[in-house]
Amino acid sequence: MIDLDETDRALIRALALDATQSAGALGRELGLSQPACWRRIKRLREAGVFRGLRLDLDREALGFGVTVFLGVKLATKGRVSLQDFERAVSAIPEVQTVEHVLGMYDYRLRVVARDISDFERVLRRRIMTLPGVGNLDANVLLSEERLPGPI
Amino acid sequence: MLDDTDRRILRQYQATPEAPAAELAERCGVTATTLARRLDRMRNTGVLRGVRGMIHWPALGYTVEVSLRITLDKSRPQAFEEFAEAARQVPEVIEIQTFLGQVDARLSVIARDMAHYQQVYRGQILTLPHITDIDALMHVARLKTDESLPL
Repeated sequence: MIDLDETDRALIRALALDATQSAGALGRELGLSQPACWRRIKRLREAGVFRGLRLDLDREALGFGVTVFLGVKLATKGRVSLQDFERAVSAIPEVQTVEHVLGMYDYRLRVVARDISDFERVLRRRIMTLPGVGNLDANVLLSEERLPGPI
Repeated sequence: MLDDTDRRILRQYQATPEAPAAELAERCGVTATTLARRLDRMRNTGVLRGVRGMIHWPALGYTVEVSLRITLDKSRPQAFEEFAEAARQVPEVIEIQTFLGQVDARLSVIARDMAHYQQVYRGQILTLPHITDIDALMHVARLKTDESLPL
Protein backbone atom coordinates (compact mmCIF):
# COMPACT_ATOMS: atom_id res chain seq x y z
CA MET A 1 0.00 0.00 0.00
CA ILE A 2 1.22 3.47 -0.88
CA ASP A 3 2.60 5.74 1.85
CA LEU A 4 1.10 9.21 1.83
CA ASP A 5 2.25 12.43 3.41
CA GLU A 6 0.11 15.53 3.95
CA THR A 7 1.00 16.95 0.52
CA ASP A 8 -0.06 13.72 -1.21
CA ARG A 9 -3.35 13.84 0.64
CA ALA A 10 -3.93 17.44 -0.39
CA LEU A 11 -3.16 16.46 -4.00
CA ILE A 12 -5.63 13.57 -3.90
CA ARG A 13 -8.32 15.85 -2.48
CA ALA A 14 -7.65 18.45 -5.19
CA LEU A 15 -7.67 15.91 -8.05
CA ALA A 16 -10.82 14.24 -6.73
CA LEU A 17 -12.54 17.60 -7.06
CA ASP A 18 -10.98 18.75 -10.34
CA ALA A 19 -8.84 16.29 -12.23
CA THR A 20 -8.15 18.70 -15.10
CA GLN A 21 -5.78 20.93 -13.12
CA SER A 22 -2.23 21.01 -14.42
CA ALA A 23 0.76 19.98 -12.32
CA GLY A 24 1.93 23.60 -12.48
CA ALA A 25 -1.32 25.02 -11.10
CA LEU A 26 -1.60 22.37 -8.38
CA GLY A 27 2.05 22.85 -7.46
CA ARG A 28 1.60 26.60 -7.01
CA GLU A 29 -1.32 25.97 -4.69
CA LEU A 30 0.61 23.46 -2.59
CA GLY A 31 4.00 25.17 -2.69
CA LEU A 32 5.66 22.62 -5.00
CA SER A 33 7.62 23.14 -8.19
CA GLN A 34 5.91 21.92 -11.36
CA PRO A 35 8.28 18.91 -11.77
CA ALA A 36 7.97 17.92 -8.09
CA CYS A 37 4.19 18.09 -8.30
CA TRP A 38 4.16 16.14 -11.57
CA ARG A 39 6.29 13.40 -9.98
CA ARG A 40 3.91 13.11 -7.06
CA ILE A 41 0.87 12.89 -9.35
CA LYS A 42 2.62 10.26 -11.44
CA ARG A 43 3.41 8.23 -8.32
CA LEU A 44 -0.23 8.40 -7.15
CA ARG A 45 -1.50 7.37 -10.59
CA GLU A 46 0.94 4.47 -10.77
CA ALA A 47 -0.17 3.27 -7.35
CA GLY A 48 -3.72 3.08 -8.71
CA VAL A 49 -5.10 5.73 -6.38
CA PHE A 50 -7.57 6.82 -9.07
CA ARG A 51 -9.81 4.37 -10.84
CA GLY A 52 -10.73 6.87 -13.51
CA LEU A 53 -12.31 10.22 -14.22
CA ARG A 54 -15.96 11.07 -14.13
CA LEU A 55 -17.76 13.99 -15.73
CA ASP A 56 -19.98 15.64 -13.17
CA LEU A 57 -22.91 16.76 -15.29
CA ASP A 58 -26.09 18.57 -14.35
CA ARG A 59 -28.46 15.72 -15.20
CA GLU A 60 -31.60 17.82 -14.96
CA ALA A 61 -30.25 20.46 -17.33
CA LEU A 62 -29.55 17.68 -19.81
CA GLY A 63 -33.11 16.41 -19.57
CA PHE A 64 -32.67 13.49 -17.19
CA GLY A 65 -35.07 14.31 -14.39
CA VAL A 66 -35.23 10.93 -12.69
CA THR A 67 -32.60 8.67 -11.13
CA VAL A 68 -33.73 5.38 -9.65
CA PHE A 69 -31.77 2.81 -7.71
CA LEU A 70 -32.93 -0.72 -8.36
CA GLY A 71 -32.15 -3.65 -6.14
CA VAL A 72 -32.23 -6.80 -8.24
CA LYS A 73 -32.56 -10.30 -6.89
CA LEU A 74 -31.89 -13.03 -9.42
CA ALA A 75 -34.65 -15.61 -9.66
CA THR A 76 -32.95 -18.73 -10.82
CA LYS A 77 -29.39 -18.79 -9.65
CA GLY A 78 -27.43 -21.61 -11.16
CA ARG A 79 -29.61 -21.73 -14.24
CA VAL A 80 -28.70 -18.27 -15.43
CA SER A 81 -25.08 -17.42 -15.71
CA LEU A 82 -24.09 -14.34 -13.76
CA GLN A 83 -21.89 -13.27 -16.65
CA ASP A 84 -24.86 -13.26 -19.03
CA PHE A 85 -26.86 -11.10 -16.69
CA GLU A 86 -23.93 -8.77 -16.04
CA ARG A 87 -23.12 -8.36 -19.71
CA ALA A 88 -26.74 -7.68 -20.65
CA VAL A 89 -27.39 -5.22 -17.85
CA SER A 90 -24.15 -3.32 -18.42
CA ALA A 91 -25.08 -2.82 -22.08
CA ILE A 92 -28.25 -0.86 -21.27
CA PRO A 93 -27.44 2.83 -21.86
CA GLU A 94 -29.78 4.07 -19.13
CA VAL A 95 -28.04 1.87 -16.54
CA GLN A 96 -25.26 4.06 -15.17
CA THR A 97 -23.74 1.77 -12.60
CA VAL A 98 -23.90 -1.93 -11.83
CA GLU A 99 -22.67 -3.21 -8.50
CA HIS A 100 -22.59 -6.80 -7.37
CA VAL A 101 -23.59 -6.82 -3.71
CA LEU A 102 -24.14 -9.28 -0.92
CA GLY A 103 -27.26 -8.98 1.20
CA MET A 104 -30.96 -8.65 0.39
CA TYR A 105 -30.14 -8.13 -3.29
CA ASP A 106 -27.64 -9.51 -5.74
CA TYR A 107 -27.15 -6.37 -7.82
CA ARG A 108 -27.63 -2.71 -7.35
CA LEU A 109 -28.30 -0.62 -10.45
CA ARG A 110 -28.37 3.10 -10.93
CA VAL A 111 -30.82 3.95 -13.70
CA VAL A 112 -31.35 7.36 -15.25
CA ALA A 113 -34.45 8.40 -17.22
CA ARG A 114 -36.08 11.53 -18.61
CA ASP A 115 -39.15 11.21 -16.39
CA ILE A 116 -41.21 8.57 -14.63
CA SER A 117 -42.89 7.31 -17.79
CA ASP A 118 -39.52 7.03 -19.51
CA PHE A 119 -38.31 5.10 -16.47
CA GLU A 120 -41.29 2.77 -16.79
CA ARG A 121 -40.32 2.11 -20.42
CA VAL A 122 -36.73 1.28 -19.43
CA LEU A 123 -37.93 -0.93 -16.61
CA ARG A 124 -40.45 -2.89 -18.66
CA ARG A 125 -38.60 -3.19 -21.93
CA ARG A 126 -35.02 -3.40 -20.83
CA ILE A 127 -34.69 -4.49 -17.24
CA MET A 128 -37.58 -6.87 -16.63
CA THR A 129 -36.64 -8.72 -19.80
CA LEU A 130 -33.08 -9.45 -18.60
CA PRO A 131 -32.20 -13.11 -18.13
CA GLY A 132 -32.89 -14.32 -14.60
CA VAL A 133 -34.40 -11.21 -13.02
CA GLY A 134 -36.50 -12.01 -9.97
CA ASN A 135 -37.43 -9.47 -7.32
CA LEU A 136 -36.93 -5.78 -7.95
CA ASP A 137 -36.97 -2.96 -5.46
CA ALA A 138 -37.00 0.62 -6.70
CA ASN A 139 -36.05 3.78 -4.83
CA VAL A 140 -36.24 7.18 -6.50
CA LEU A 141 -33.25 9.39 -5.74
CA LEU A 142 -34.18 12.69 -4.11
CA SER A 143 -30.77 14.05 -3.16
CA GLU A 144 -27.19 12.98 -3.32
CA GLU A 145 -23.97 14.25 -1.85
CA ARG A 146 -20.48 12.88 -2.26
CA LEU A 147 -18.02 13.50 0.51
CA PRO A 148 -14.22 13.63 0.36
CA GLY A 149 -13.81 10.54 2.55
CA PRO A 150 -11.04 9.74 5.04
CA ILE A 151 -8.21 11.41 3.17
CA MET B 1 -29.28 25.99 -24.54
CA LEU B 2 -27.37 22.96 -25.71
CA ASP B 3 -27.24 22.02 -29.36
CA ASP B 4 -26.25 18.79 -31.08
CA THR B 5 -22.57 19.74 -31.10
CA ASP B 6 -22.58 20.26 -27.32
CA ARG B 7 -24.24 16.90 -26.82
CA ARG B 8 -21.78 15.22 -29.15
CA ILE B 9 -18.90 16.77 -27.20
CA LEU B 10 -20.31 15.60 -23.86
CA ARG B 11 -20.98 12.13 -25.24
CA GLN B 12 -17.42 11.74 -26.49
CA TYR B 13 -15.89 13.41 -23.44
CA GLN B 14 -17.71 11.21 -20.95
CA ALA B 15 -16.76 8.08 -22.94
CA THR B 16 -13.02 8.85 -22.61
CA PRO B 17 -12.39 11.66 -20.12
CA GLU B 18 -8.65 10.92 -20.20
CA ALA B 19 -8.28 11.59 -23.93
CA PRO B 20 -6.11 14.59 -24.93
CA ALA B 21 -8.06 17.64 -26.13
CA ALA B 22 -6.77 17.35 -29.70
CA GLU B 23 -8.02 13.78 -29.99
CA LEU B 24 -11.36 14.66 -28.45
CA ALA B 25 -11.80 17.57 -30.87
CA GLU B 26 -11.09 15.31 -33.80
CA ARG B 27 -13.60 12.68 -32.67
CA CYS B 28 -16.24 15.37 -32.21
CA GLY B 29 -15.51 16.80 -35.65
CA VAL B 30 -14.72 20.28 -34.31
CA THR B 31 -11.56 22.38 -34.04
CA ALA B 32 -9.61 22.52 -30.78
CA THR B 33 -10.70 26.16 -30.38
CA THR B 34 -14.38 25.30 -30.76
CA LEU B 35 -14.01 22.43 -28.31
CA ALA B 36 -12.35 24.65 -25.70
CA ARG B 37 -14.96 27.40 -26.17
CA ARG B 38 -17.90 24.99 -25.93
CA LEU B 39 -16.50 23.28 -22.82
CA ASP B 40 -15.86 26.66 -21.20
CA ARG B 41 -19.41 27.71 -21.87
CA MET B 42 -20.82 24.47 -20.46
CA ARG B 43 -18.68 24.94 -17.36
CA ASN B 44 -19.86 28.52 -16.96
CA THR B 45 -23.53 27.63 -17.31
CA GLY B 46 -23.10 24.76 -14.84
CA VAL B 47 -24.01 21.92 -17.20
CA LEU B 48 -20.49 20.56 -16.75
CA ARG B 49 -19.82 20.94 -13.04
CA GLY B 50 -16.37 19.43 -13.23
CA VAL B 51 -14.24 16.43 -14.02
CA ARG B 52 -13.71 14.43 -10.86
CA GLY B 53 -10.96 11.98 -10.09
CA MET B 54 -12.58 8.85 -8.68
CA ILE B 55 -10.55 7.55 -5.76
CA HIS B 56 -9.89 3.82 -5.76
CA TRP B 57 -10.14 3.32 -2.01
CA PRO B 58 -8.62 -0.18 -1.90
CA ALA B 59 -5.33 1.35 -3.14
CA LEU B 60 -5.37 3.51 -0.01
CA GLY B 61 -6.00 0.54 2.25
CA TYR B 62 -9.80 0.77 2.45
CA THR B 63 -10.83 -2.67 1.28
CA VAL B 64 -14.36 -2.82 2.68
CA GLU B 65 -17.30 -0.90 1.23
CA VAL B 66 -20.78 -1.28 2.63
CA SER B 67 -24.04 0.24 1.48
CA LEU B 68 -26.29 0.95 4.42
CA ARG B 69 -29.97 1.31 3.58
CA ILE B 70 -31.60 3.30 6.30
CA THR B 71 -35.17 3.86 7.42
CA LEU B 72 -35.69 7.04 9.40
CA ASP B 73 -38.27 8.00 11.98
CA LYS B 74 -40.36 10.32 9.82
CA SER B 75 -42.55 11.41 12.72
CA ARG B 76 -39.65 13.69 13.63
CA PRO B 77 -39.91 16.87 11.55
CA GLN B 78 -36.17 17.41 11.03
CA ALA B 79 -35.26 13.73 10.75
CA PHE B 80 -33.64 13.88 7.27
CA GLU B 81 -31.69 17.08 7.90
CA GLU B 82 -30.40 16.06 11.31
CA PHE B 83 -29.48 12.58 10.13
CA ALA B 84 -27.59 13.92 7.09
CA GLU B 85 -25.83 16.60 9.12
CA ALA B 86 -24.54 14.01 11.61
CA ALA B 87 -23.59 11.54 8.84
CA ARG B 88 -21.47 14.23 7.15
CA GLN B 89 -19.27 14.34 10.24
CA VAL B 90 -18.24 10.67 9.87
CA PRO B 91 -15.06 10.59 7.73
CA GLU B 92 -15.71 7.03 6.50
CA VAL B 93 -19.04 8.04 4.95
CA ILE B 94 -18.34 8.83 1.29
CA GLU B 95 -21.89 9.18 -0.05
CA ILE B 96 -25.24 10.25 1.36
CA GLN B 97 -28.37 9.76 -0.71
CA THR B 98 -32.03 10.25 0.14
CA PHE B 99 -34.90 8.45 -1.56
CA LEU B 100 -38.56 8.16 -2.16
CA GLY B 101 -39.39 4.49 -1.71
CA GLN B 102 -38.99 1.72 0.81
CA VAL B 103 -35.68 3.12 1.93
CA ASP B 104 -35.26 6.70 3.17
CA ALA B 105 -31.52 7.14 2.94
CA ARG B 106 -28.40 5.32 1.96
CA LEU B 107 -24.85 5.75 3.18
CA SER B 108 -21.74 4.42 1.50
CA VAL B 109 -19.28 3.58 4.22
CA ILE B 110 -15.70 2.47 3.66
CA ALA B 111 -13.36 0.82 6.13
CA ARG B 112 -9.87 -0.66 6.21
CA ASP B 113 -11.09 -4.13 7.15
CA MET B 114 -14.02 -5.84 8.86
CA ALA B 115 -12.74 -5.03 12.35
CA HIS B 116 -12.47 -1.35 11.44
CA TYR B 117 -15.92 -1.48 9.81
CA GLN B 118 -17.38 -2.97 12.98
CA GLN B 119 -15.82 -0.14 14.96
CA VAL B 120 -17.18 2.58 12.63
CA TYR B 121 -20.59 0.91 12.50
CA ARG B 122 -20.98 0.61 16.25
CA GLY B 123 -19.32 3.82 17.25
CA GLN B 124 -20.43 6.25 14.57
CA ILE B 125 -23.27 4.87 12.47
CA LEU B 126 -25.60 3.34 15.05
CA THR B 127 -25.38 6.56 17.04
CA LEU B 128 -26.70 8.71 14.14
CA PRO B 129 -30.03 10.34 14.99
CA HIS B 130 -33.55 9.15 14.00
CA ILE B 131 -32.63 5.74 12.58
CA THR B 132 -35.36 3.11 12.92
CA ASP B 133 -33.91 0.38 10.73
CA ILE B 134 -30.68 -0.44 8.87
CA ASP B 135 -29.93 -3.06 6.26
CA ALA B 136 -26.46 -3.65 4.92
CA LEU B 137 -25.33 -4.59 1.43
CA MET B 138 -21.69 -5.50 1.10
CA HIS B 139 -20.00 -4.54 -2.17
CA VAL B 140 -18.49 -7.48 -3.98
CA ALA B 141 -17.63 -5.93 -7.35
CA ARG B 142 -18.26 -2.91 -9.49
CA LEU B 143 -19.12 -3.91 -13.03
CA LYS B 144 -20.02 -0.57 -14.52
CA THR B 145 -19.03 2.67 -12.88
CA ASP B 146 -18.77 5.41 -15.45
CA GLU B 147 -22.17 6.98 -14.69
CA SER B 148 -22.47 8.01 -18.32
CA LEU B 149 -25.68 9.67 -19.40
CA PRO B 150 -27.37 8.28 -22.56
CA LEU B 151 -27.00 11.61 -24.39
